[in-house]
Amino acid sequence: MKAAVVLFPGSNREGDAARALRQAGAQTSIVWHADYDLPAGTDLVVLPGGFSYGDYLRCGAIAGRAHIMEAVRRHAARGGLVLGICNGFQILCESGLLPGVLMRNRDLRFVCKRQHLRVERNDTAFTRAYRLHQAIDVAIAHGEGNYEAEAETIERLEGEGLVAFRYCDASGKVGGAANPNGSTNDIAGIYSEKFNVLGMMPHPENLIDPLVGGVDGRGLFESLSRAA
Amino acid sequence: MKARVTVTLKNGVLDPQGKAIEGALHSLGVEGIASVRQGKIFEIEVEGSDAEAAKAALVAASEKLLANTVVENYRVELL
Repeated sequence: MKAAVVLFPGSNREGDAARALRQAGAQTSIVWHADYDLPAGTDLVVLPGGFSYGDYLRCGAIAGRAHIMEAVRRHAARGGLVLGICNGFQILCESGLLPGVLMRNRDLRFVCKRQHLRVERNDTAFTRAYRLHQAIDVAIAHGEGNYEAEAETIERLEGEGLVAFRYCDASGKVGGAANPNGSTNDIAGIYSEKFNVLGMMPHPENLIDPLVGGVDGRGLFESLSRAA
Repeated sequence: MKARVTVTLKNGVLDPQGKAIEGALHSLGVEGIASVRQGKIFEIEVEGSDAEAAKAALVAASEKLLANTVVENYRVELL
């Protein structure tokens, strides 16, 4: 598995993402946003969390139109794997690689805490190491994570099984008070039509070491490492 | 040539910032405010004097970057 983590001005989780990938055995490099090409043989592109371009205009709007995103688009069109975490998810939506948009959190607060997610399917390149409907304990840190899309888009995502993760409580019960940001249908992450692009607001890369209180995030990177 | 692009949220899109401003206006005792929706205004200086070309450039700017047409509408004006 050869992974490339894209660094935009204002990204700040690229080191965390790279550490999680390397721990899972992936050969990982950092790629600058103004580059036109991905390293040869890249299997997986990761768009990390942070505040690219200071969240100016809209979160992810300017990064979504960076030079490297053309290469990411070609990579995705070839069936290559793409993972967008937090700001990376916002960038994927802004670039058109995933549908919908991440709006301000329902209560207008930046939410930074541990959060459980229910794994909606475990037959994708991203989630094979998890059990179906496993409640994984990861972290969230965002002000704009409220996933919204047109009604037909939500219907299509649900109908085609493209919802990757939903916000849940520790017992796996989805929604209600477990939804931290008002996201439609408690959506925490979605796949592209071919399941090779995943965008998610939570940070699995931050829960990979017992030192920080949990390792539930490892499954995602181990799944990816085994995928190629 | 001076131009203005106004970007607003589409009807039906929840606007928590507008709601918070609306609440703040009520708590400040400003009367007669029924509702608030927040948007953005871009003041743009366009090169040349061809109005059609300017409009085309502003529409391209709006479609490519200024508005996220999933949730936002935009309006282009030459001033």
